[in-house]
Amino acid sequence: MSWWWLLVLVVVIGLFGLYLSMTAGRLDALHKRIDTSELSLDAQLLRRSSIALELATSGLVDPAGAIVLAEAAHAARTAADGEASAQDRAAAESALTQALEATLDEDELAEVRLAPGGAELIEELAASARRVQLSRRFLNDAVRACAQLRRQRMVRTFRLAGHTPWPQAVELDDSIPEALSAA
Amino acid sequence: MSLRVGLVCPYAWDVPGGVKSHVSDLAITLREHGHDVNVLAPVEEDASLPEWVTDGGRPVAVPYNGSVARLSFGVKATRRVRAWIRGGDFDIVHIHEPLAPSLSVLTCWAARGPLVATWHSSQDRSRVLTAGYYVAQTAMEKLRGSIAVSAEARRTLVGHVGGDAVLIPNGVRVQDFAPDSHDRQRRRELLFLGRIEEPRKGLSVLVEAMPAILDQVPDLTVIVAGPGDIDDVRKDIPERVTRALRFVGAVSDERKQELLREVQVYVAPHTGGESFGIVLVEAMAAGSCVVASDIPAFRHVLEGGRAGRLFTAKDPASLSNAVLSVLADDASRRALVARGHSRAEQYDWDTVVDDVLAVYESVRVDGEKVSEDLRGQALGRFAARTNFIRGRRGGE
Repeated sequence: MSWWWLLVLVVVIGLFGLYLSMTAGRLDALHKRIDTSELSLDAQLLRRSSIALELATSGLVDPAGAIVLAEAAHAARTAADGEASAQDRAAAESALTQALEATLDEDELAEVRLAPGGAELIEELAASARRVQLSRRFLNDAVRACAQLRRQRMVRTFRLAGHTPWPQAVELDDSIPEALSAA
Repeated sequence: MSLRVGLVCPYAWDVPGGVKSHVSDLAITLREHGHDVNVLAPVEEDASLPEWVTDGGRPVAVPYNGSVARLSFGVKATRRVRAWIRGGDFDIVHIHEPLAPSLSVLTCWAARGPLVATWHSSQDRSRVLTAGYYVAQTAMEKLRGSIAVSAEARRTLVGHVGGDAVLIPNGVRVQDFAPDSHDRQRRRELLFLGRIEEPRKGLSVLVEAMPAILDQVPDLTVIVAGPGDIDDVRKDIPERVTRALRFVGAVSDERKQELLREVQVYVAPHTGGESFGIVLVEAMAAGSCVVASDIPAFRHVLEGGRAGRLFTAKDPASLSNAVLSVLADDASRRALVARGHSRAEQYDWDTVVDDVLAVYESVRVDGEKVSEDLRGQALGRFAARTNFIRGRRGGE
């Protein structure tokens, strides 16, 4: 009689272990997804600030606007260097969004488009701004899914996440300037 | 940069359908943009298959999502999916309708890396739950980016499944509809498209508006194209109106394109429930003048009435006025057609595909590839082992 119970116990423990290992696998995949999303968002933000900087130094924008734009783009680039905290970087990127919004209105864009190479620059800037939005949205979606799984009791009790820090959503203003979104 | 893209279609390639034509149009457009595309789909007969489609196995007809769908699943399909992923060397795999119990959900399980999904239909919560919470959750978690084709599809995803998606509307291949005749060579006819006995499509509104229209234009013909029991519908229509209606039954995609190119006016008397109105875009691309009810989706597509004539939904008097005004005034009709054509171009796949490519770019890191997923899943491990054993025995 007792070996029956033993068998049942072994099967139950086995199934439970399998469940734990599968859940750990899911968690691991989600952490990887967050890592790649972060890399991708980082790349898109860098691209956006370099194009903004290029535009500012191209001489196509009026001098005052160029200073505002160059300063914001430079601040965003500096904040990306790793020394700065995530909050500082988000603040710098949001400031760049505002600078873009302020400097690139319809009239300014029309001027820039007339110059050789201007239209391409604007198109690239619009494309990179759109990609920043997409990347951030996808990253935050992954963060949400991961946090949801990590809140489950089993995951917490058995510490399936190990020492991986709690996933953080990225909050920043990545709206596309109105004039630019029409581009 | 040229990408190697794998597209997965869950429904049979040989059967016409919304998802299938979406996948096919996307594949053709991506190829035109210089990308290397391969489609994995269930195939009934592989005789006339384009070389860029891979046979995912014979589909089985099963009841799904309110109708009979032709899907591929089982051990054989799983094996083909895995072989396709291993051999494909894809930069991106784009899965359509990721929870459809076919090649789509199999790919979600079997692949890892830059995976993107497009959600087409809106489904109710119970269906999502019966799909199996664990299966759905695990599949969803691997998708790096989700696209919804309509606000409704997005709501389903956000509300019932959990997750976020970007909205990228369906595209239309404008050149396929391109008119070969100018407005003045077209037949002075109206066209109605849609299931004839379905109240939402609004044939009855058009029928009620007909007497007033015939008073002014007695010889006008209305072509009614769409599936349904013709005799049953016809018996409720007054004799005078019946004579003006020409029922042609269900039509193929090609015939629909021809009809849209031949008539002067396309009428969309829908009473509601439409989430987008792709047929309006097709009509504008084909160069016919659109007269449509003022439901929100149509109002949006027609730019509030600048790209086509709007009338009050469910109001026959308003419909007859609108039809008569576009028939009577050649100049304003041609202006609407011209404006409509440039509106349609905004929905051209050539434009839409840029948004899709932006999604691809934002989910992957340079040099990353899609690979077979063997970790963390009992099924995955099991398949890996059987492949290994089969390999030792000298293959299949």
